[in-house]
Amino acid sequence: MTPTDAKRPLQLNDNGQLRHFLSLDGLPRALLTEILDTADSFLEVGARAVKKVPLLRGKTVCNVFFENSTRTRTTFELAAKRLSADVITLNVSTSSTSKGETLTDTLRNLEAMAADMFVVRHADSGAAHFIAEHVCPDVAVINGGDGRHAHPTQGMLDMLTIRRHKGDFEKLSVAIVGDILHSRVARSNMLALKTLGCPDIRVIGPKTLLPVGLDQYGVTVYNDMNEGLRDVDVVIMLRLQRERMQGGLLPSEGEFYRLYGLTTQRMALAKTDAIVMHPGPINRGVEIESAVADGSQSVILSQVTYGIAIRMAVLSMAMSGQTAQRQLEQENAAEEQN
Amino acid sequence: MTLPNPNQLLPEMAAALHEHLKSRGISEPRFIGIRTGGVWVAQALLDQRDQNETLGILDVSFYRDDFSQNGLHPQVRPSELPFEIEGQHLVLVDDVLMSGRTIRAALNELFDYGRPASVSLVCLLDLNARELPIRPDVVGATLSLAPDQRVKLLGPAPLALEYQTLASAN
Amino acid sequence: MPTHILGARLIDPASGRDEVTDIYCQDGRVIAFGQAPAGFSAARTIDARGLTAAPGLVDLSVSLREPGYSRKGNIASETLAATAGGITSLCCPPQTKPVLDTAAVAELILDRARESGHAKVFPIGALTRNLAGEQLSELVALRDAGCVAFGNGLANFTSNRNLGRALEYAATFDLTVVIHSQDSDLAEGGLAHEGPAAAFLGLAGIPETAETIALARNLLLVEQAGVRAHFSQITTARGAQMIADAQARGLPVTADVAMYQLILTDEALHGFSSLYHVQPPLRSAADREGLRQAVKSGVISAISSHHQPHEADAKQAPFGETEPGISSAEILLPLAMTLVEDGLLDMPTLLSRLTTGPAAALRLQGGHLTVGGAADLVLFDPNSTTLVGEPWHSKGRNCPFVGHCLPGAVRYTLVDGRVAFSC
Repeated sequence: MTPTDAKRPLQLNDNGQLRHFLSLDGLPRALLTEILDTADSFLEVGARAVKKVPLLRGKTVCNVFFENSTRTRTTFELAAKRLSADVITLNVSTSSTSKGETLTDTLRNLEAMAADMFVVRHADSGAAHFIAEHVCPDVAVINGGDGRHAHPTQGMLDMLTIRRHKGDFEKLSVAIVGDILHSRVARSNMLALKTLGCPDIRVIGPKTLLPVGLDQYGVTVYNDMNEGLRDVDVVIMLRLQRERMQGGLLPSEGEFYRLYGLTTQRMALAKTDAIVMHPGPINRGVEIESAVADGSQSVILSQVTYGIAIRMAVLSMAMSGQTAQRQLEQENAAEEQN
Repeated sequence: MTLPNPNQLLPEMAAALHEHLKSRGISEPRFIGIRTGGVWVAQALLDQRDQNETLGILDVSFYRDDFSQNGLHPQVRPSELPFEIEGQHLVLVDDVLMSGRTIRAALNELFDYGRPASVSLVCLLDLNARELPIRPDVVGATLSLAPDQRVKLLGPAPLALEYQTLASAN
Repeated sequence: MPTHILGARLIDPASGRDEVTDIYCQDGRVIAFGQAPAGFSAARTIDARGLTAAPGLVDLSVSLREPGYSRKGNIASETLAATAGGITSLCCPPQTKPVLDTAAVAELILDRARESGHAKVFPIGALTRNLAGEQLSELVALRDAGCVAFGNGLANFTSNRNLGRALEYAATFDLTVVIHSQDSDLAEGGLAHEGPAAAFLGLAGIPETAETIALARNLLLVEQAGVRAHFSQITTARGAQMIADAQARGLPVTADVAMYQLILTDEALHGFSSLYHVQPPLRSAADREGLRQAVKSGVISAISSHHQPHEADAKQAPFGETEPGISSAEILLPLAMTLVEDGLLDMPTLLSRLTTGPAAALRLQGGHLTVGGAADLVLFDPNSTTLVGEPWHSKGRNCPFVGHCLPGAVRYTLVDGRVAFSC
């Protein structure tokens, strides 16, 4: 059973609208669908000459990145700017916390400067939850990736990719391949696919790269790539990091590629119209063959475009939910006074 | 007071529009309906004109001025404009003109697509309650409502108007 | 002050006594039960009708944070907090700053404890210098300065040879060793029990084998050295089973468990509350059940609080950056009473795990109420409840039970006949 919060979930306001976006755990299907639908509209905005809408005009979005990332940071910046928000990016590894300032102090200082929203990426699992619950509960917190725990915007952009290219989740077979153990993307994807009704979710990898307790996600585990890829509609390849070799989890990149690399030959085992996805950046020749990454079945570059639209959707929905919550609280306070 | 039947208003509106466009020398107007009621009215109008004209659909959710109060509209859908805006003569169609803010939002959005040559406004109903200096060029009927009354267009076929009473707010 | 305690239900596990009776104390000792001795004139009478009287609790693991960690607590505040939990004797572990590896530190602690006048303190000295697992501390000097046992804190011995030799040295002088079993290699970087909860939350896991492998090695070396050994902070059902097997083989080892491990599991981590960040970690429901059964059967003969107070900042950060530990000495008795409420243990057995069990494990004075013995006792109302949090005596508020209503309420804690705590 996938656990959910017993009390009112941290991410939702009293009307069940999004006010923080921390993880896909506990979010109902209707809400995930709403995110996808809203993102569709923002894709249309991205196709115009003027790629901006005035939704977040006058709002300040702070990207607070405790962990380095060019790709996620730039797409969040772009998303916020296309919503007409003012954007500040703080790479904390180079600034105040290295002088010993606590995370709490850094963020409260930003809140005092009238930040309306934080996009946070941190190396510790649970960092976004901590911030949303204890640091600045009135500022919308968007999780840009926390340790191994969750990368919910990536999960949603992967879902948008699948929906736009393959349609109804309830008819699909999806394989996630590689280092599931260390992957917040994999965890978010498994949760999203399950909530959206995908009946056949497969994870493929060696035992050393698979966490315990995978049955709580409702997935099927394969150690054999060829078996796992048979007749799938979607292949999501995960990035393999060099450290895994040093940590004694894998002997070499070569052996990993031989057993789990997505080659043209292996792609033939999937359905002929199957799509290939990857959160990026790609390790060519390690987890995926160049011909496949650049081939006709690859939607890897589209994922980036969808990522901007998803992030625009999430930023606007969360800002909207926070505002609504504040209003509800003001109304309640006014009622109590009467 | 009984509400007019939209189907009876439409022929008059089509005729008035025809005159309006003729007097401006506009030969190839581009029709745009504001989702959702404006799209129905626009489609009905195009059916009256019977000239095989395409209809553009505008969703103004991202341009509304009440985001800070009411947040994101729950049913955002993409706009669908199958033609260029730049340099075109637009006919913007909505069902009910009340404060004028929806039209303001629509104009802002259209200008993000390009610079139109002109914009003419067609409304089925004018409620005479504007808060902005926005006036339709063609209108089906003008009505005044009680403070707690609203009007809703039902559709797409048959089109019909009905009263709604606002639930007491606050 | 001659004290007459009137009408309590006296439960003394050591003697098997369980009856409603009167207790008479004078000059810091219990002098009679039932009838006042001739010439006794009470200067103070405590009406204990409806209350239960038991020997003061003996807690084998209470971090006092002094010397060295004054932001987290000090001897005065933490020994007072302990008395609120019904504790009259406690052992403090060697992880102080400086480490408790010299007689001077032991003397400092004992002096401060005496000055504070709350619970009695019995220090556990460091088995090796600086707890580094290499050079031996001067164990005999530490014993003479008042250390009742020796341990390596939570730090693992990486060298089997060094551990074996340390145990042999301790055995020479019939010293008791307190051993915590966690393989540092397998536990490295881990924040939570390696199970579905940690996997879901993306927290690095500490496998069960981190405890069982170290435990297996430790048991074999203990057997080889013939040293008196107490295994502290067991967290796995498998580990409890290994202790049971060793005891069945005739090895005279004892074991304790942290009270919160009998209540909480790793499911508590959902939501990432740092209040549940502890080392060794909260384990699975199956482990909790195994531990509870081991407490019931007596394989685990002692329950401790494993009290670790922290300043607020230590818990105010993302989970992985917080310091592990729960502050719970001051609710030890009410927390323990949940085991009676659940029907796992009867009252005398529970009290035995909190008094005679721990006292016997480290051969401490106390844990029993006998004529002529110290008047260290707790009077509590088993039918009342404790609302955790107000008042709060420990410097560390890092307790996940704050706001909860627990069964039972401590009314008086007497140390050497003095009322050290009352409520």
